[in-house]
Amino acid sequence: MGTTPRLDPALATSPDEDASRQVLGPAERRGDQVFRAVSRGAAQLILLLLAAIALFLVWRAFPAFQANTASFLTTTAWFPDQDPPVFGIAALAFGTVLTAAVAMVLAVPVGYGIALFTVFYADRRVGAAAGFITDLLAAVPSIVFGLWGLAVLQPHLGGLGQWLNTYLGAIPLFRNDSGLYTKSILVAGIVLAIMVLPTVSALSREVFVRVPATHVEAALALGATRWEMVRASVLPFARPGMVSAAMLGLGRALGETIAVALVLSAAFDVSWQLSEPGGNTFAANIALKWNEAGPIGLSALIASGLVLFALTLAVNVTARAILARRARFSGGAA
Amino acid sequence: MTTAPVQAAPATVARTARTADRQPGARLVTRDLSACYGGFVAVRDVNLVIEPRAVTALIGPSGCGKSTVLRTLNRMHEVAPGAGVSGSVHLNGQDLYAPEVDPVNVRRTVGMVFQRPNPFPTMSVYENVVAGLRLGGTRRRRREHDDVVEEALRGAHLWHEVKDRLRRPGASLSGGQQQRLCIARAIAVRPAVLLMDEPCSALDPISTLAIEQLLASLRTDYTIVIVTHNMQQAARVSDTTAFFNVTEPGGPGRLVETGPTARMFTAPADPATADYLGGRFG
Amino acid sequence: MSRVETYATAALVEDALRGQRLPGWAAPAAAGLAVMTALLLAVATPVDGVAGTAVVAVLLFVGLQTAWSVRVEGRRHAVDRLATTAVHAAFLAAVLPLLSVLVTLIAKGIRAMSGEFLTTSMRGVSPTSAGGGLYHALIGTLEQVGIAVLLAIPLGVLAAIYLVEYGQHAGHRGFARAVGFVVDVMTGVPSVVVGLFVYTALVLTLGLGRSGLAASVALTILMLPMVVRSCEEMLRVVPDELREASYALGVPRWRTIVRVVVPTAMGGIVTGAMLAVARAAGETAPLLLTTFLSKSVNADPTNGPQAALPTFLWDQIASSTPASVDRAWGAALVLVLVVTALYLTARILARTTGVKR
Repeated sequence: MGTTPRLDPALATSPDEDASRQVLGPAERRGDQVFRAVSRGAAQLILLLLAAIALFLVWRAFPAFQANTASFLTTTAWFPDQDPPVFGIAALAFGTVLTAAVAMVLAVPVGYGIALFTVFYADRRVGAAAGFITDLLAAVPSIVFGLWGLAVLQPHLGGLGQWLNTYLGAIPLFRNDSGLYTKSILVAGIVLAIMVLPTVSALSREVFVRVPATHVEAALALGATRWEMVRASVLPFARPGMVSAAMLGLGRALGETIAVALVLSAAFDVSWQLSEPGGNTFAANIALKWNEAGPIGLSALIASGLVLFALTLAVNVTARAILARRARFSGGAA
Repeated sequence: MTTAPVQAAPATVARTARTADRQPGARLVTRDLSACYGGFVAVRDVNLVIEPRAVTALIGPSGCGKSTVLRTLNRMHEVAPGAGVSGSVHLNGQDLYAPEVDPVNVRRTVGMVFQRPNPFPTMSVYENVVAGLRLGGTRRRRREHDDVVEEALRGAHLWHEVKDRLRRPGASLSGGQQQRLCIARAIAVRPAVLLMDEPCSALDPISTLAIEQLLASLRTDYTIVIVTHNMQQAARVSDTTAFFNVTEPGGPGRLVETGPTARMFTAPADPATADYLGGRFG
Repeated sequence: MSRVETYATAALVEDALRGQRLPGWAAPAAAGLAVMTALLLAVATPVDGVAGTAVVAVLLFVGLQTAWSVRVEGRRHAVDRLATTAVHAAFLAAVLPLLSVLVTLIAKGIRAMSGEFLTTSMRGVSPTSAGGGLYHALIGTLEQVGIAVLLAIPLGVLAAIYLVEYGQHAGHRGFARAVGFVVDVMTGVPSVVVGLFVYTALVLTLGLGRSGLAASVALTILMLPMVVRSCEEMLRVVPDELREASYALGVPRWRTIVRVVVPTAMGGIVTGAMLAVARAAGETAPLLLTTFLSKSVNADPTNGPQAALPTFLWDQIASSTPASVDRAWGAALVLVLVVTALYLTARILARTTGVKR
């Protein structure tokens, strides 16, 4: 009824061309029109929301850009409310990317492993339990993870930090000159890794489930071991989905706020040494500085939020584009 | 159809429906009917007369467009995205595709039963039967509903089997019972015509027999059009048979010939009909 | 002649099928040996501590099993065993932190739990002193999440209906695809950015003032894409046959959607919505930006600062006195219980609503 049947060219060539016509004009019902308009309005609202987020952030970040007397991109300091204002996102960008990178290095292989376990290794009941466990992980609010990271995880990581410093100290990432092992990017990275684990594993599980059974059986029938089957049949099919699962996890890691704000020491420096106190991220900085910021301070935080928005948007759009291209290739709707 | 239809043309349709209870019944006539899905023409130039109070069977090999023709008769064809129709379908002289005709009213007059039983899974047996009345916005009193349910279920030869479990989910019935429930649901809105799209193909032989017996009793009240893959079924239940065929792969289906079932099965005019009915293809 | 041939074939088949495999007890044996050696090393060498010993044991197990397997079964099977071990280890890596979180949460949270904790606010309680409670935060969370539910679920369900029921038709397809893409992208917008947006739009621009309502709007925006996505998936699995059955009865399209399609998908829709609600209930960052912390009960979401469980938790952690950290664990337990209750409700509702069985 919502459709307007139209004649295709092939039919239009039929001798009864005059008889052919649009068959469903004014007869669409009032209720249908109203209902369609309302539901379309709801859909439009979502489009508008995303546009509004971008517009409002740009608008309200503008005063800070104008007032800033330092380079927004390369300055590591953050003094937007002093006169003259001096602030930049260099330290924030560095800390955001480094913590997210640590989280990804840990979470991506483990996430894939869990997904493989649930789909191809565990029997059905254990697999379902594993799925339930990752769902539970996803359900724990981030502030609870922050509290746990602070109170439980951090004291346990001192030993790891010392060990890394002692045996791998030649690598700058693992060196620790301060002798302190708390409130570090390492702690934040591990907490983040646990938090993005459900995202990575749930999304790659979805892809693994869609691997055609015939591919799997074909490999097994050729005498492949289970791992050879995974390498030959599962991974090639699932690769785009796995990549986008990792990217969506990355998007979460970049934007996670509260857990990071709790376990990082929020210093404005650029240091590669993972286990030393320090590091800061866009999101954590916004949460920590919000209530003490003056007018330019708020605007500066909004400006940094705008950068974070753009960053996560780029990551998410890329991830979705990879999936969408894959869906076109396999000819079905993903 | 108790409420007065709003628009002028549907009124004709609705009146036809009510007069169907008496004589002379609803006659369907298609003129140069063609139907397409997107760019694919499924069936072309069908000129068919469907007589009232009789069973007309549409038969033919897969892809010949017989189901498509059926779906154009109550404007269900256009529900699919990209579907289109040309030509006309007249119900007792009223063109169903006239611009002012509301397809919703067409479907209340021309009911349909599908290949697979599809009772609404959220509804009980009772609610399924009155679904067309309730969802169509017709307000009636409870008592009336009770009467309609009993009448429709009796009409569908289902009353004795389900009268004690009207409140059970419709999906809890067996496949054959579900299909008869769907027939009851269709006749509860008192249509003039019943379209059946391979109604027995998902059923076991016993349930099929039940439906065929039901058809024999329904034909005194309704104009029935049935699509079937099963030639024996067409021979058993129908008064008129229309044979459709598709000559080139991917080409449109066409109506080859139509006639009284007895003659079609004994002395078909077209050699293709003879070949198909003789089991040489299809 | 024929007998000889049969014997030969049988031997051949036996060889090919049996091959050389490690016996079933090999893996447990290797594990036992590895653990024992690791314990021995823990006593004898400076490598000790639970974590260190565990790591050593795992490495020993992997080395032992691989070497054994290479000798007996060959390289292919050794690699297969290695992969199997890695995959199981990954599973353990998810279980351990979850267990740790839950155990600490329950152990420390229960200590803070009391009648007073659940029924009083923090009014007049200093960070250093014991006592006080989260009643005001509980009220705030229930109101904020409740309003968000009232906004997000109708909007999300309607948008999903548009995408599924109208989006395939000519003239709507491009727009529907754009909306679908934006919904996907919206799920990835960080919650803190949503908080910033609501602050700039409602507080700075419309002059609403920081309030529970502003927080609700932020939670709504966070829930919306999740609701749309799950609802869309549920509507898509409603068979077209039911829609057709309804049309064929002369039921208009919108009534078909409202009375047939949505009820059939109701179980899944409710589940998805509850999961979104559970997610939103634990969000902290957007609340920090949109409603101030408050120590006392404010039942009016439209006016003035309003506490919430996550922000209460944040405040107590930030105070970092022994008394406030105790309260933080208590609040964390309550928050997780609220979220878990929502999840469980979702599962139960999924079983009982919608399709009749």
